[in-house]
Amino acid sequence: MLMENRLRVLRAERSWSQQDLAERLEVSRQSVNAIETGKYDPSLPLAFRIAELFDLPIEEIFVSPARRSSKAI
Amino acid sequence: MSMNPAMNRYNWRVIWLSLVYAAFLLTAVYCFKHQLLHGVIAYVAAILPALPIIGIFGAMGRYLLEEEDEYVRMLMVRQSLWASGFALSVATIWGFLESFNLVEHVDAYSVAIVWFVGLGVGSLMNKLTLGASVKC
Repeated sequence: MLMENRLRVLRAERSWSQQDLAERLEVSRQSVNAIETGKYDPSLPLAFRIAELFDLPIEEIFVSPARRSSKAI
Repeated sequence: MSMNPAMNRYNWRVIWLSLVYAAFLLTAVYCFKHQLLHGVIAYVAAILPALPIIGIFGAMGRYLLEEEDEYVRMLMVRQSLWASGFALSVATIWGFLESFNLVEHVDAYSVAIVWFVGLGVGSLMNKLTLGASVKC
């Protein structure tokens, strides 16, 4: 099960393109797109880099699959 | 997006190894055709064209170690797994067909060629399932 995330919203709030974010994270635009669209979960080091870039805790960017399913219940 | 440095190095390694392969193969074919090689030297000359092909497999492994973008690396791993599964499946099916004399004999090194074709299959599967593939 892949995680949901708020990456697209956070990026849009800063008026960054996917390419802008990719350059800041030192990854490809493909990677940013895959994470935003929920096709790929980043590794823990990359998730920390994303969190540090937005100055937010990881759990405010990525939604725990367990928490999401418990809310659904 | 411009090609990343790891992919650039991988492409150059494959180009050089392909040129070495062509040189070794043409030399070996010429020497065997004119019966210039005998004994141990003949075995060495016959194996030489295989070495650059093995080198290409090594270049793939090195690329996976050097690729810093984890998503692109994952795409290439998936592509390689598809290639391996494809080549092994084709070889297994062909092997049984050959055992029952239903098809002609094919040299074992053809599996390597099928594996390279399998990389194309893997790329297509990445495109179909994830909407992305490694840009070579």
